[in-house]
Amino acid sequence: MDRAYKVYAIENGTVIDHIPTPLALKVVRILGLGGDGIMTIGIGFRSLRHPGGKDVVKVENRELSPYETDMIALIAPEATINIIKDGTVFEKRKNSLPNEVLDVLSCPNPNCATNKLGARRHFNLDDADTVTYRCRYCERATTVNPDNLTAP
Amino acid sequence: MEGTVQMVSFRDRSILSIRDMSTDDLWKIVETTGRVKSDDPGPFLKGRTVAALFYEPSTRTRLSFESAVLKSGGSTFGFATPAATSQSKGETFSDSVIVVAGYADVLVIRHPVEGAARLASEVAGIPVINAGDGANQHPTQTFLDLFTMYESIGRLENLKVGMMGDLKYGRTVHSLTHALAMFGADLTFISPPSLEMPPHILKELEDDGISFRKLAEPEDAADLDLDFLYVTRIQKERFGDPQEYKSVAHSYMVDKGTIETLGADVRIMHPLPRVDEISVEVDPLPNALYFVQAHNGIPTRRALLGLVTGGLE
Repeated sequence: MDRAYKVYAIENGTVIDHIPTPLALKVVRILGLGGDGIMTIGIGFRSLRHPGGKDVVKVENRELSPYETDMIALIAPEATINIIKDGTVFEKRKNSLPNEVLDVLSCPNPNCATNKLGARRHFNLDDADTVTYRCRYCERATTVNPDNLTAP
Repeated sequence: MEGTVQMVSFRDRSILSIRDMSTDDLWKIVETTGRVKSDDPGPFLKGRTVAALFYEPSTRTRLSFESAVLKSGGSTFGFATPAATSQSKGETFSDSVIVVAGYADVLVIRHPVEGAARLASEVAGIPVINAGDGANQHPTQTFLDLFTMYESIGRLENLKVGMMGDLKYGRTVHSLTHALAMFGADLTFISPPSLEMPPHILKELEDDGISFRKLAEPEDAADLDLDFLYVTRIQKERFGDPQEYKSVAHSYMVDKGTIETLGADVRIMHPLPRVDEISVEVDPLPNALYFVQAHNGIPTRRALLGLVTGGLE
């Protein structure tokens, strides 16, 4: 049975579309979204681009910062991000990998200052092709995938 | 040396990692070390205090920093083991650093945790010099290695350097590889298969277009016309089987024969301490640089202390 594919259009805010299922909740958790107005999360929509389905997140009355947009590229590089104003697409955000990743990536090196001395988790982009980041403290490189990102 | 070196300033800067350094930075350090060594600049640290916080024992690095401070007219205090510190009372590392930084003009720190020196530099408010952070960095060793090479051969560009021994765990060879690559070196790695240079370092060299090769025996490098052979200690504790250690350690001994094979001009370096990787018969030869190298720790560390305090330009 056909069902209208519909999440309510929003007047103002940010629409994150084409998130591969089931990463919408990960996006919400890593970015710490919610708690400041209405947010709609749709999971498992049919999609030609995503055989396993796609998720959509609509955050009302909140324009994501460039850092937040880039963080989405780390979790779901295929996602599209539109800033909506007065019911129309005001800006299509390009999501490139963030140069820095703070708090949400833990260093796999047990002898790192972030794990032993309470230093803040802080990675710098090392190689965009392989999504490799380097720990600011122990200087070890680590390849990032959604599984090793955790909410701060 | 390049003219832009004059533009480099280390005033109030922390010295944490080779990764933070440009080639101009490295030139500046090498050039300043040369000046300090050839013409003693006197007590440029007069009235300055250097705190040396050694959370891990290290005789030669600690003594060499102390000597560098005293020769430069400064005073130094600190501790050589963490047992007597407030850490044992539960004080956080950052708190200890903030407190001690208030007593000193420069902080020299060695710590078993990787990244400890960088964390210290973020809270100290004074320059921090990393004297070794776990398996990560030991930049002053790399500076003195580079200076020793420059002093011996008159250049840093396009050196042909062999590294031999424990290339897997040795942070000295990792940092030196990084620095030499910045000057376009041609690198030869000689080690048993179990102690090869880590793949991520080889990948970085590939990405940077640096030519390198891996060899099993020093004799295989006979036709390479190496400028330097940098030897490191193979650490016994890395081997489960003492017999295996013995065979590997024995096969990596540099003696007169090795020098004849590699060429009369090859210079032998070693961060020391050595066990039996270099035969004592090499010591009196002009090829032996390792004791000169160890002594170069003093002008190198004096130069750094001078640069970060503004005592030297």
